[in-house]
Amino acid sequence: MIARFVLRRLLELALTLVAASFLVFGAVHLAPGRPETFLLGGRAASPEALAAIRAQYHLDDPFFLQYLKWAGGVLTGDLGRSMQYRSPVLGLIEARLPSTLLLITMAAVLVVVLGIGLGRLAAVGGPATDSAVLVGTSVALGTPSFVAAIGLLWVFSVQLGWFPTIGSGDGLPDMIYHLTLPSLALALYWTGWLARVTRGAMKDQLALEHVTVARSRGLPERLVIRRHVLRNALGPVATVSGLTLSGLVISTVLVEAAFGIGGLGALLESSVQVKDFPVVQAITLLVVALFTVTNLIVDLCYPLVDPRVRLGVRSDAG
Amino acid sequence: MSAVDPIIHRPVLAGLRTGRNRLYLTCLAFAALMVAVALAGPWLAPADPNASDLGAALTGPSPAHPLGADAAGRDTLSRLLAGASASLLGPIAVVLFSTVAGVLVGVTAGWFGGWPDTFLSRAAELLLAFPALLVAIVFVSLYGTGLAAPVIALSLAYLPYVSRLARNLTLSERRLPYLAAYRVQGFSGLAICVRHLIPNIAPVVLAQSSVNFGYALLDLSALSYLGLGVPPLTPTWGSMINDGQSALLQGHPLSAILPCAAIVLTVVAFNVVAEHWADRVSRRRG
Repeated sequence: MIARFVLRRLLELALTLVAASFLVFGAVHLAPGRPETFLLGGRAASPEALAAIRAQYHLDDPFFLQYLKWAGGVLTGDLGRSMQYRSPVLGLIEARLPSTLLLITMAAVLVVVLGIGLGRLAAVGGPATDSAVLVGTSVALGTPSFVAAIGLLWVFSVQLGWFPTIGSGDGLPDMIYHLTLPSLALALYWTGWLARVTRGAMKDQLALEHVTVARSRGLPERLVIRRHVLRNALGPVATVSGLTLSGLVISTVLVEAAFGIGGLGALLESSVQVKDFPVVQAITLLVVALFTVTNLIVDLCYPLVDPRVRLGVRSDAG
Repeated sequence: MSAVDPIIHRPVLAGLRTGRNRLYLTCLAFAALMVAVALAGPWLAPADPNASDLGAALTGPSPAHPLGADAAGRDTLSRLLAGASASLLGPIAVVLFSTVAGVLVGVTAGWFGGWPDTFLSRAAELLLAFPALLVAIVFVSLYGTGLAAPVIALSLAYLPYVSRLARNLTLSERRLPYLAAYRVQGFSGLAICVRHLIPNIAPVVLAQSSVNFGYALLDLSALSYLGLGVPPLTPTWGSMINDGQSALLQGHPLSAILPCAAIVLTVVAFNVVAEHWADRVSRRRG
């Protein structure tokens, strides 16, 4: 039963990725303008040179053949060649991964710790705390990461001079120091979001009878909250982790632009500006893959969060 | 929410659940004011938002420039007012398109069931895997600058949120006897949908759509911050922040901080109003 479920979900994942890659490739293929004119950078070229370029990038092949070649390359780790840098896309991404990965990790830790903490505080802390957290999360949910970046830069870099304004630093301690403000800017919105989700889920649990029963059995309130409320509220929180993660990844475009960090987001931004489609394709597919794989992992681990749910028993009620 | 359901629910209806009507009314008034400014912005601006007065560059508030001027000597107040149009009309268009298309898709899927439902729901699920900002960035890079590409991209990205809701509402509405009664009386499916079903599910759908407005505003201003999707001479709040950032780092924060405040205040105001509506609708439906 479980094996069949896992197999089925893996098949769904593969189909989703194939469909997504087809969408991405098709959208790029339909774009106006010819790729070789970009490669030449506006210079005039002889018909032979044009033909050579078209052959090198397989631009004369029919659409499906181009797609199959590209998809086959992706499967073997070949994400194509960047037109801007004239080098393999995979190498470009790998070179920029460390700073972006660290940035996302730091932000994700902040989001999980602060988001769940604040949500819990709002759900059990009494009406005044609840209102304070609600107002705080409302502001957080109205503050895009680049606005948060500007505010943090103004206060902590310009006014107080505690943090650098640009760059990602060298070596882990220096990188963490450089990425403190960026990760805060990145985390703010999603912290507010996760706090809202946690608060809502905990309030739903608090209204249920099992909590009253636990209290009437004389369990200490702290235990009731931890074991019977927060524990049960983790389901909805886990469900949104795919969305949160892909949201964090795409927001690095903004934060890296604001703090001048040369990471994956900056690569996407510069590739978009000069229409370097192979890079845009690759990063788009990466983000979609991250989202779907995270969701799959969450689904497979869900019985750990909520033992009532058994894998392979599809409840279509929801 | 079932465990294997991969669809993500935005925490819409679980939001502000308070009776603070004063907050709601303040926000409603502010949101209405912003819409009025967006419609009348270009005529309200005291100066040409692109006129450069280099003598006033980076000065603070003065009689000539009530909110100061940016690094190129452009009047910040005029740019804020003119920028309100592009910053707000884009999201309004996104909400409009995604609502109409989403209701069309969702009601079709829910009404017919069977393979159209499977196909449309799967397509919507696929779209959900693309973050809205990513779709918008890719569309702008592919199909050129201007407001059309990002508006279409975001409409597509928000469509699944509306269509899912419309589909589920249609499914639960179909079970009710009044629709069967219309069927028996010989009304066509189209007439029942347009005259009875859609008006009945409209309040919930519109509540979701009004929540989407804030998201669209955030995404569109993010794009214009990156310099994507706005014609060069149109000021938007996002592009103003981009322009003002280097001045801010040199200690002249006004031209970057003010558009930041404009974005945050507007989105918060619209979100509070939208959540209030969503809350009221969900309470009425029990």
